Amino acid sequence: MGKQSESKQSELIMVSRKKYAAMILLFGILSVPASVFPVLGLVFGIIAISMYVKNNSVKTLMMADVGKTLGLIGLILNLIITEIELLFFPLEKIPSWLAKYREVFFASDFWLDFENNFLTDTRYTYIGKGLLTTFQVTIFAALLGIGLGVVVALVRSSYETLKDELKGGFGKAVLFVLYKICGVYLTVIRGTPVVVQLMIIYFVIFASSNNKVLVAVLAFGINSGAYVAEIIRGGIMSVDKGQFEAGRSLGFGYVRTMALIIIPQAFKTVLPSLANEFIVLIKETSVSGYIGLQELTKGGDIIRSRTYSAFMPLIAVALIYLVIVMFFSWLVSLLERGLKKNERR
Amino acid sequence: MNADNEVIISVKDLKKYYDDGEVKALDGVTTDIRKGEVVVVIGPSGSGKSTFLRSLNLLERPTGGTITFDGEDIMSPATDINKLRQKMGMVFQHFNLFPHLTVLRNMTIAPMKLHGLSKDEAEKKAMALLERVGLDDRAKAYPSQLSGGQKQRIAIVRALAMDPEVMLFDEPTSALDPEMVGEVLDVMKKLADAGMTMVCVTHEMGFAREVGTRVIFMDCGTIIEENTPEEIFGNPQNERLKSFLKKVL
Ligand SMILES: Nc1ncnc2c1ncn2[C@@H]1O[C@H](COP(=O)(O)OP(=O)(O)O)[C@@H](O)[C@H]1O
Ligand SMILES: [Mg+2]
Repeated sequence: MGKQSESKQSELIMVSRKKYAAMILLFGILSVPASVFPVLGLVFGIIAISMYVKNNSVKTLMMADVGKTLGLIGLILNLIITEIELLFFPLEKIPSWLAKYREVFFASDFWLDFENNFLTDTRYTYIGKGLLTTFQVTIFAALLGIGLGVVVALVRSSYETLKDELKGGFGKAVLFVLYKICGVYLTVIRGTPVVVQLMIIYFVIFASSNNKVLVAVLAFGINSGAYVAEIIRGGIMSVDKGQFEAGRSLGFGYVRTMALIIIPQAFKTVLPSLANEFIVLIKETSVSGYIGLQELTKGGDIIRSRTYSAFMPLIAVALIYLVIVMFFSWLVSLLERGLKKNERR
Repeated sequence: MNADNEVIISVKDLKKYYDDGEVKALDGVTTDIRKGEVVVVIGPSGSGKSTFLRSLNLLERPTGGTITFDGEDIMSPATDINKLRQKMGMVFQHFNLFPHLTVLRNMTIAPMKLHGLSKDEAEKKAMALLERVGLDDRAKAYPSQLSGGQKQRIAIVRALAMDPEVMLFDEPTSALDPEMVGEVLDVMKKLADAGMTMVCVTHEMGFAREVGTRVIFMDCGTIIEENTPEEIFGNPQNERLKSFLKKVL
């Protein structure tokens, strides 16, 4: 006993304090779900049994599936925790069956490939940092795109509804010029590939700057703005004309009718499409490699060029995109359901 | 009986052309609306009734002619049309309630934002109006939860919440199931009895005869005949009016 704890301590000295703290943190974070999931699994299992007793077969199967899945997640988390423990305390005694599996696993091609692509030279940082950059670009581009899109949509739809009402003069002239500029913007942006726009902004317009993230945000924001504008304009047009007339007949001016009556209704109908545009944007930023920006895709590609193995890094990148997109799609579907419910109430 | 009342709306030679004059929705309409009158506009479909009504609050921009409201030229650039519209309540065939707002909010949004009423004041007023049309228990409901007749009654009191001087109705019962027409006409009749000045486009000849103080018959964008209900229905002069009445009565 004493000897073992001594060698444990000597192991401890070998890892830096920073790593020690990180591991303890990860350990702590993981152990919560690792203990909660099996318990939840058990609860669902019991529910399944009670439903079986009550003869509710469809729900029984559903509950049993949920229980099984939760249990499996718990098991996997526990295995991961064991691995962390072993990384940390290599002399920890482990059950012989697990030792056998580990021996086979860590000698497998899969693991060696994995280690070579992601662990050697801390290559995983290409993925991690790349993912952060992807998020950074996507989020700011989305914000820029929504801002631009709202302005362009409002300019275009207000010119179209107000052109007969305005009595001419300066205001109408300004609105007309803005309307035309917005028209050109939409035509050009939607008529050219986003990669070309990205490269023009980087190599031509911002040739002197080397802030690639900024350039990417601008390019994708400006590009997305054109699509957002059309989505929002579609939303505004989808609101019944009678709503506008009702607002105006009560005495609201154009701006207030839009703000109080049309936009809130349009917003509800376009929210899912806007969220989808965000999902599209996440995937679109993957061409940022053309200007040398190291986002997720480029990160995977760099690993590929180092290790000369394409499978692991590219599949990993694809899986990460897939998980993100699935997650946001799920959020969108929740949103849509929520909005529908709201309509009925 | 209203003949010497003060004129609220005066329409002179009103014209509205579409497609560069190819379609003449209104082709020279002249009439006065006096305080307390209930003017019922009848006529075949496409005769320009809606265009006439919607011109009165400038939802349509006339091609020619003049409209004055309380002596003020409503088409003059100096006129604040939003202020003027606050004095003219409008009720539409398809109700046009705001679906994203509760009944109460539908009724308080304009008085609060445009007349500067506090929330309490506006809600008190709205509740009083809702009580008048027997819908005070639906204040918290959304429009989608109401029947057509209820929606139209709400639309009427929403307009009334702005204390208009005139109420404009464009076929308020045409989109309703027959069993709900009565409840809306009842509200309109009560409103007329209370002395509201009203211009109603409708196909309800019973309402025109019973509640109207004057009936205007329109065809092809012009007023063909206008008179008391008794004369229009009892002693029609124009052939087109006669054949129209034969069809609808
Ligand atoms: N926006 C428009 N463009 C072209 N023609 C129109 C438009 N609106 C109405 N009209 C025409 O004007 C005429 C009068 O229409 P309307 O006032 O709606 O008639 P009513 O209400 O009596 O049925 C019709 O012939 C109609 O086709
Ligand atoms: Mg009509």
